Amino acid sequence: MAADPLDNYIDAVAKALALPVEEAWRPAVRANLEVSLRLARLVDEFPLPDETEPASVYTA
Amino acid sequence: MTVNSDGLSAQQIAQAVAGGKLSALDATEAALARIAKYDSVLNSFTDITANRARAKARAADAAIAAGQKVGPLAGVPFAVKNLFDVKGLATRAGSKINRDLALSPRDATLIERMEAAGAVLVGALNMGEYAYDFTGENVHDGPSRNPHDPTRMTGGSSGGSGSAVAGALVPIALGSDTNGSIRVPSSFCGVFGLKPTYGRLSRARSFPFVASLDHLGPLARNVGDLALAYDAMQGPDADDAACTTRPVEPVAPLLAQGIDGLRVAVAGGYFQKNVFPEAVEAVARIAKALNATKTVEIPEAARARAAAYVITTTEGASLHLDRLRQRPNDFDPAVRDRLIAGAMVPAPLVDRAQKFRRWYRERVLELFQSVDVIIAPATPCIAPKLGQVTFTLDGVELPVRANIGIHTQPISFIGLPVVAVPVPLEPMPIGVQIIAAPWREDIALRVAHALERMGAVAAPAPRGL
Repeated sequence: MAADPLDNYIDAVAKALALPVEEAWRPAVRANLEVSLRLARLVDEFPLPDETEPASVYTA
Repeated sequence: MTVNSDGLSAQQIAQAVAGGKLSALDATEAALARIAKYDSVLNSFTDITANRARAKARAADAAIAAGQKVGPLAGVPFAVKNLFDVKGLATRAGSKINRDLALSPRDATLIERMEAAGAVLVGALNMGEYAYDFTGENVHDGPSRNPHDPTRMTGGSSGGSGSAVAGALVPIALGSDTNGSIRVPSSFCGVFGLKPTYGRLSRARSFPFVASLDHLGPLARNVGDLALAYDAMQGPDADDAACTTRPVEPVAPLLAQGIDGLRVAVAGGYFQKNVFPEAVEAVARIAKALNATKTVEIPEAARARAAAYVITTTEGASLHLDRLRQRPNDFDPAVRDRLIAGAMVPAPLVDRAQKFRRWYRERVLELFQSVDVIIAPATPCIAPKLGQVTFTLDGVELPVRANIGIHTQPISFIGLPVVAVPVPLEPMPIGVQIIAAPWREDIALRVAHALERMGAVAAPAPRGL
């Protein structure tokens, strides 16, 4: 049974995306997700004006 | 025929072939012989296209005998990272899964352009699985090995490209660079590598990784060869949505212009942290050679690296989602676990990374109003040992994989052109990034050429063979 909110989150997203996560892989998936979320937070906490366009906006 | 092509540059081979002093077939056979002799050590090739190469070379020789004009790469052997489509091969992209793909019906655009210039494809090269790698190791094919010390990494993910060029098996190889995968093996293997501006060279018919970050480019043992290959591959291509419509802007004729008047600065702050003494020494040598006394701060570089990481892991996960569902056990477990985690990053965080990217691009482009060139380490260290998991820096133990690309990621994140130049330190070479404004590959290559002429940079002869 998942004991931690991040483990619960991994279970829920895996189910929603139909992604297999075997128990043996879970520690590595979790460790990688922790790194991704830590780095994403570094970006998230940087204030940007509401008008900022994402880089993926293209010219038609 | 009076010329032995061993050790010749691409330019020298092409001149000898065009001038009738060397046949394209002899140049091709010499490359195939070097591959046969040394690749049991280097493991840089996964496919050798000998029959195709001989047929191409014979056709070139026949054209020359008939008095026809030949291209600037006539008879020059080259090889490509195995994520380029090669007609008749499955594009494995370093994976086990892709070996089940249908055989490619057509070559990648860049192979077609190299061959149109007369070059001869001799094979496909080892790489990290699906290009999600900085080490050059591969669980399916074994690691490519460093020609200066086969117990060390080549760097990834274009590890076979770095190894084959540094080992002088071919004068030119093509690689891909999403976060540093041309610049890192160039640094570890001691060769020159060009990561052009995002969108400059067509990626058509190459296996993707991160669409908004993927670049293709050449590696070579001298700047002239790098420019020759780059010029041959430029040009619009409707088959790559990101490929520029700018006209071809040849750089080879500009190399000898020198660097008078160019404003060169050293990247400070982030780029001077988390570096081993060899990287500090290499940057200092280049700064001294270029008389660069100014330092510029690339703003928010750590955050840029973080955003590149987030975009990479999520776009990569999107690309591989079906394969993760259907064949998870056929991945390198380390790649699989990174990609599964990438699929779980919430979408708003990815969008914020793309918004940050726009902001960062504008700030960095402002720097180029006062400088023309920025120099920075290509890697924080020389090539680690194969299998090495951690290194210790300033008393802190750090993971190798996660830290190899820390200096390349903030640069490719906004698609700036970079030439990685090799500083021939002992016991191993290490690279420095020569970074220019978008579409100014000419400036980065002119600086690299000037450094080469000064003797500050050079691809050392392979010491491990």
